[in-house]
Amino acid sequence: MTDTEIHTARTPRAAPAPVHATAPAAAGPAPLAPAARLWPALGAVYRAQLSRARVARIPLLFVATFQSIGIMVLMRGVVDGGGGEEARAVVAGSAVLVVAFVALNLLAQYFGQLRATGGLDHYATLPVPATAVALGTAAAYASFTVPGVLVTAVSGGLLYQLPMGGLWVALAVVPLAGAALAGLGAALGLLAPRPELATLCGQLGMSAALLLGVLPTARLPEPTLWLRDLLPSSYGVDALADALGPAPDWASVAGNLTVCAVTGVLALALATWAYRRAAVR
Amino acid sequence: MASSSARPGPPTARPVSTDAALAVRDLVKTYPAGRGRRGAAPAPVRASDGVSLDIAHGEIFGLLGPNGAGKTTLVKQLTGLLRPDSGAITLLGHDLVRHPRRAARLLAYLGQESTALDELTVALAAETTARLRGLDLAAARRERDDVLEELGLTALAGRPLKRLSGGQRRLACLAAALTGRRPVLVLDEPTTGMDPVARRAVWAAVERRRAADGATVLLVTHNVLEAETVLDRVAVLDAGRVIACDTPGGLKALVGSDVRLDLVWRGDPPLHVPAIADARRAATVAGRRWTLRLPPDRARALVTTVTQGPAFAALDDFTLATPSLEDVYLALGGRGEGLVRS
Repeated sequence: MTDTEIHTARTPRAAPAPVHATAPAAAGPAPLAPAARLWPALGAVYRAQLSRARVARIPLLFVATFQSIGIMVLMRGVVDGGGGEEARAVVAGSAVLVVAFVALNLLAQYFGQLRATGGLDHYATLPVPATAVALGTAAAYASFTVPGVLVTAVSGGLLYQLPMGGLWVALAVVPLAGAALAGLGAALGLLAPRPELATLCGQLGMSAALLLGVLPTARLPEPTLWLRDLLPSSYGVDALADALGPAPDWASVAGNLTVCAVTGVLALALATWAYRRAAVR
Repeated sequence: MASSSARPGPPTARPVSTDAALAVRDLVKTYPAGRGRRGAAPAPVRASDGVSLDIAHGEIFGLLGPNGAGKTTLVKQLTGLLRPDSGAITLLGHDLVRHPRRAARLLAYLGQESTALDELTVALAAETTARLRGLDLAAARRERDDVLEELGLTALAGRPLKRLSGGQRRLACLAAALTGRRPVLVLDEPTTGMDPVARRAVWAAVERRRAADGATVLLVTHNVLEAETVLDRVAVLDAGRVIACDTPGGLKALVGSDVRLDLVWRGDPPLHVPAIADARRAATVAGRRWTLRLPPDRARALVTTVTQGPAFAALDDFTLATPSLEDVYLALGGRGEGLVRS
């Protein structure tokens, strides 16, 4: 087409063929394309996020695991082996620390960066429920932690000579503590006004999980114990520590896991709200 | 939307045609100024300052302007990402100011950032986007394969976007944007960083969607050459306002028949030659480059002068060109620099 043609015509070229969705003759608004349904969309987000691990996350997963194993080795110098309460606290705390590192710290960083660079626009311009994005991402980050938690718990069990019969509880702790911590991490990343603040908050949250989770409660001062009660990961730590004992109190394990689950639901609701707020300004 | 032909507005506003795919009226968006630490706060920035536009069905419509002109802010309001302070947006009969979420079900948007997709493979980026547009798995995979083939990305399907060149990454993002048919495409600088082959693939894909689906395309660009060749109509933006809106040919007619003469000097220009001294006064000087906008006969005379005698000895290069949209932009009083001419 030449400029003259356009200029003399003064009107844009007509669409060559009438279109069902946009036919000018059709009175009233054009039909809306269907929105993505919750579960398929959640699955698609989860799968896409999980695939990112292959590209970007594997080195960080090693870091998370080695950090926890390193802490257990250090603590072995001051804590005796056997089924003692302190030994169990150290192993359970170190295992849950992997979850805190990845789900809280890395997810806060990820969402902080996504929001700052405008990457959220991609999701916000797709007809996908906010819940699917928030939950799918949080679930993927929680899943990243499964190998690290298991490796840490098994190495800890060997290092501190703990009975491993209750180790399966870790499989419940990962999704439940993972939901709570990933929800918090996502909310921090999405609400922090700047990505550096999101990173900082994620780091602080992880440090809290480290100090309050790994150090045996008997040695913590009273105000620190209140803080510990506020941190959702503490309940995961307590559940796992109980389960690693010679005679686990299953009622207490179930109680702690229930608290984890409830905070998980609340944290994910917070994350969904934060996502909605960040997506449309 | 009701007829608004009586609506007062800038000269660029056209009456609402009943078949407009997208109608924008008096859109205003103000950003608070950067936080002043002390003293008086600086005035807020009007990123959209009373914008009105009509885009017809099946039209390829461009927003042209330098960086900071307010193109992206405008597009974010049209895609439901940003709420306007005031004004109306009607997309295919839907009020987007009241229902911003409907935009996602009417249009496909290619933003400038790829961070959401960077760590996915090209294939998974396209497939996931299609799934999130509500397609079932089989349909999403079919669309993925088709669009990768169409854009020549099949060989790169298994590579993460992060490990691609800038142009390839952009093309992969476009592939994701094109999955799941949408009657309206909003593309923010789609060809940034692309080589000519990829650019051709982009324009062919866009044209195909217009021909087959009657798709309406809103394109953001700061590339004047692209604007002249692919757009049906262009709105020229400057400081949040539409300063002109017409076909590229119509806009160029605004600057009359003046041509642009660029002179690049090797050494000191011979200012003792009266014609050269006159030219110096009329020129926009940037280092060794003089740019003049002249009637054709005067330009011809000046070319004759500079291609002989002392002037030619000092001359490194010259180009004579018919007006471009850049000239239109400057003639209309555009303030910013930064339009691209390649």
